[in-house]
Amino acid sequence: MTEPVKPGTWVEIYHVILDAGERAPKLPEDTRHLPLEMRMKGWLVETASLNEAAEVKTPSGRLMRGTLVAINPAYTHGFGGPIPELTPIGSEVRALLRNKGLFT
Amino acid sequence: MTNESYQCIMAQRPEIMQASIGIDYSRYAAGAIAFDYEQLLDDSGYSIEVVREIQSRTAVGNTPLIELNNITQLIRAVSIPGHGARVFVKDEAANPSGSFKDRRASLPVYEAKQRGYSGVVAATSGNYGAAVASQAAKAGLQCIVVQEAFDSKGIAQPEIAEKTCACEAYGAEVMRLSVGPELFYVFLLTLKQTGYYNASLYSPYAILGIETLGYELALQTRQLTGRFPDVVIATHAGGGNVTGTARGLRKAGAVDTQIIAASVDLSGLHMASDRDFNRKSFTTGHTGFAMPFTTWPDRADVPRNAARALRYLDRFVTVTQGEVFYITEVLAALEGLQRGPAGNTSLAAAFAIAQELDEEQIVVVQETEYTGAGKHPIAQLNMARQMGIEVTRGDPHGNKPGVKIVIPEHPTQLHAAEVDLNQMRRSYIHHAIQALPDNQVLSEIDMEFLAAETRTNNAYVENVIHEIHRTS
Repeated sequence: MTEPVKPGTWVEIYHVILDAGERAPKLPEDTRHLPLEMRMKGWLVETASLNEAAEVKTPSGRLMRGTLVAINPAYTHGFGGPIPELTPIGSEVRALLRNKGLFT
Repeated sequence: MTNESYQCIMAQRPEIMQASIGIDYSRYAAGAIAFDYEQLLDDSGYSIEVVREIQSRTAVGNTPLIELNNITQLIRAVSIPGHGARVFVKDEAANPSGSFKDRRASLPVYEAKQRGYSGVVAATSGNYGAAVASQAAKAGLQCIVVQEAFDSKGIAQPEIAEKTCACEAYGAEVMRLSVGPELFYVFLLTLKQTGYYNASLYSPYAILGIETLGYELALQTRQLTGRFPDVVIATHAGGGNVTGTARGLRKAGAVDTQIIAASVDLSGLHMASDRDFNRKSFTTGHTGFAMPFTTWPDRADVPRNAARALRYLDRFVTVTQGEVFYITEVLAALEGLQRGPAGNTSLAAAFAIAQELDEEQIVVVQETEYTGAGKHPIAQLNMARQMGIEVTRGDPHGNKPGVKIVIPEHPTQLHAAEVDLNQMRRSYIHHAIQALPDNQVLSEIDMEFLAAETRTNNAYVENVIHEIHRTS
């Protein structure tokens, strides 16, 4: 049992919208056997615990239900490390112009 | 079957569309498959002057046209003497949410407000979502964006994660979905449940909003150089960018400007495949949208798509992912412009195409977009490596979507691969015949429509139909 999460907390819920058998016809093989999943964020309406049913009020004011999966969900996308195949390109093309005296 | 099941909601598509966009598309039907395209656009009632005025109220448009002097020099360094056109770029990143999509979102949100809707819904994983959210924020409307965002392992595409963050910053509610075309079902269900306006990418309003881009760039080019552009290159996916830009150029009087579409080659990757989803380093401007939409525009989220690229295209080329990443580095290093991948797709094509032209000719790349965490070559190539894709330098001909990304070693290796427009036209006509209702035949109106749709003539259409019947 995890700590109860207070109403008003910004959270993410998860919900299966369509089970594998309910999906659109003509899906590729790898997608056909998977459910259509949804994740969305909102403010928790009533106290709930992680991995249990919860209701949120979304930014547009709708009440949506699902499983509580994250509290104050992080943005985890980023740049990551530099790409060695990209880093020399700027110097290469600058040298090309400089050597020909073409920089404007 | 519940009243919210997939089949039940899809069956209600016409009524949900009619209620959420307020256009009775059946009024424009003619013949067995034809419709009055120009009338559909004209009936919106927005002149280009009015659109410009509405857009100026939210600081949309009037973006700078920048001459890429150093890139032009680099082009001339690898061209035969006397060749190498001047290259300009329309810096659409200067729009409020960082892309030309603000133009596209401006009229749908304005319409929603005028018609008394309390919110808007858009089905999009890209810049358009942020643009609708930004416009809705300014208009005081609620906004819901439905995204295809992550694969079955829960891994989000970095560029789409960046858009989630942007949409949420503008106060939108974001419904993030796993991979699949049923995004359209969720979109319809959300329209039905909320009664919000359908801010479709493909309504007449969305396309009229883009006309100002072509209009402005024509006048700016003439002011800076004394002539209209010889060539305008547009990054091409669903067809709206090409359609709106071409129409705007014509309205400005630039009737001889050649319109070239450029898409990233993602051939071999399936758009509805969970496995392929994160093996694409581009989320738009690629052949996965461009090929199906060019050859059958009416697969969109409105009954009749106002974006109809084949009506306007003079030429269609593809470039590889590695070439776009390469030119993105070049743009930053030589011009001091760090911009996102969408506009750089047409810049990669422009680098090759400008070499075919004379020095006094003008090529305009008609958009840039903002860049940031996730929406960046570094983020995409790190993701590619994580998915087991080989990243290497060499001849971009060795590029294989989903398997290998090859970054050019030298600017001479940039190449624009031709797409056979006649093959696109034949494919379009083939789709049209398949869409013909049972027991109906093509009338004279339909033949004229197909000729206009494919920028050909009745004899061309008749020949293609004859060929299709002979081989089927």
